Amino acid sequence: MHTVVIILILAGTFFFATATLGLLRFPDFYTRMHATGKGDTLGAFLSFVGLALYTLLYEISLDTILVSIKLMFIAIFIFVANPTATHALTKAGLDCDVEPWTKGDASK
Amino acid sequence: MENFFLLNSLILGCLALLCLYRGIFGPTVLDRIISVSVIGTKTTVILILIGLIYQRVDMFVDIALAYALLNFIATMAASKFFRKRGSIAPGAKYYRERGN
Repeated sequence: MHTVVIILILAGTFFFATATLGLLRFPDFYTRMHATGKGDTLGAFLSFVGLALYTLLYEISLDTILVSIKLMFIAIFIFVANPTATHALTKAGLDCDVEPWTKGDASK
Repeated sequence: MENFFLLNSLILGCLALLCLYRGIFGPTVLDRIISVSVIGTKTTVILILIGLIYQRVDMFVDIALAYALLNFIATMAASKFFRKRGSIAPGAKYYRERGN
């Protein structure tokens, strides 16, 4: 069981790392939004599922089950809320006339 | 297992510091908002890891839940503000009222 927990948390950390890399390296606002909106959501979900499994690992009582349910609730909430925030921010960028990065900018 | 959690939270802290670069030097204000949102998502995971290291998950899980809700509300409020404002340039409303 420990290996499953470790694999899930390491996968979550990997997705967090790719989201950070995209946030640092991509050229404009919309592409950065594309990297963080997906990478962060999946990274947080995998990490929380791993941690919820770990809390149930040693003893199963009312306390650990409650903590595990709360962790799964945070995971599902982030899975719904993070894409919503990404969508709202992208729409704000479109309404504020933020210039998208085009092919002409690449050759400059 | 505690050592693994400590190492993982250290890695996540380093990633949050890297995100802070975009928060400080981001070209537009929307880049800064993305950076704050990403750091907030990492912080919820780091809070649970700290709770597991100190053996007090039952307390830290509530803090993480409140942090996740607050992070979502902050991002939504900022995006709604910029949609209503219609521009990310500083002082845009003032210049529009003056007519140039």
